[in-house]
Amino acid sequence: MATKRDEQPITLDTFLSGIWRENPVFVMLLGMCPVLAVTNTVANALAMGLATTFVLLCSTALVSVLRRLIPKEVRIAAYIVIIATFVTVVDYLIQAISLEIYNALGAFIQLIVVNCMILGRAEAFASRNGVLRTVVNSLGMGAGFTLALLCLGSVRELLGAGTLLGVPVFGEGFEPWVVMLLPPGGFFVLGGWLLLFAWIKERRQAHAATQEVAADER
Amino acid sequence: MSAESLPYIFLNAAIINNFVLALFLGICPVLGVSGRIGTAFPMGVATAFVMLISSVAAWLINEVLTAFDLEFLRLIAYIAVIASAVQLVEMSIKRFSPALYRALGIYLPLITSNCAILGVALFQTDYEYDLLQSLAYSLGAGAGFILAIVLMAGLREKVDLADVPSVARGAAMSLMLAGILSLAFMGFAGLGG
Repeated sequence: MATKRDEQPITLDTFLSGIWRENPVFVMLLGMCPVLAVTNTVANALAMGLATTFVLLCSTALVSVLRRLIPKEVRIAAYIVIIATFVTVVDYLIQAISLEIYNALGAFIQLIVVNCMILGRAEAFASRNGVLRTVVNSLGMGAGFTLALLCLGSVRELLGAGTLLGVPVFGEGFEPWVVMLLPPGGFFVLGGWLLLFAWIKERRQAHAATQEVAADER
Repeated sequence: MSAESLPYIFLNAAIINNFVLALFLGICPVLGVSGRIGTAFPMGVATAFVMLISSVAAWLINEVLTAFDLEFLRLIAYIAVIASAVQLVEMSIKRFSPALYRALGIYLPLITSNCAILGVALFQTDYEYDLLQSLAYSLGAGAGFILAIVLMAGLREKVDLADVPSVARGAAMSLMLAGILSLAFMGFAGLGG
């Protein structure tokens, strides 16, 4: 288990970094496949986000517990087996809870195994940090991932079907943009969100730069 | 053409339900390595090769596991096979073309976590394809993957020369390009039906 020496303190940032600064989808561009594939409705997006968070949480926690026991040479293989185990658990769990969601998500539940975000967190964070810190970080990352899925899912369902969680929003006269539910819509909406974030970032930098200039002149 | 015939399965996987542009599988390498055609094409071929090996292996494993009622081990077994196939390809590329090995960099071992490959294995199990059908399916998926990654690389080489607003450079632009490509591929939807 963790020794005192390598244990860094758990701060609020350990949790928050996954939601904003290191958001797995919008900033790191990891785990894109499920992000695009199952976000045509909010309900699917939520189910996928929660399932991924569960797998992320359990597998990084286990990796963190076992991090001194796993030999360095076979660590990736060991991580993948751990992840695959929890994905199998989730697969059967969702099947038991809601067959409807299981059919909607299809093979994408099993494809959580190859979500690069989970392997990335196991390698970059869980293998170097204590259990508690890992759990807190994974919770943040999972929340960030779910949030990103919801961002996409809500836009696509709103524009593509005119509903939100199945409830009609726009009334009778709305003509749905069917393309948003189809594959190209996924690419366009994610591209749009990335554009928005890039624009906000650029404006902030420009703002900071002008303030610096103003401070220099004074 | 019936939905079971081999040419239809091939076309279906390659064009109609293109793995990258219609099923969103294997997006990471397509966005990551598609900067130049020179690296995109070998990456596509390497991925298609791993797909072929793992598809045949997955078919065999599925037969064995079903015979012993061990279906819940399927996912773990598939992943293990894919990881070893990738190791094989990685070693042979390193041996025959060190320059290419360096160009592909981190994305080569990451073929393991390319969802397109596990996707082929899982879908062919879902559809209950026999050995020949699985072969046609994985060849089609591989061809579709090469097509998508090379098309993306070609588009991105052109866009590099264009005057794009600074906010849209990088990932956002690639996603928009992929969206347009995907729109074009939707035109194949009625093919063979």
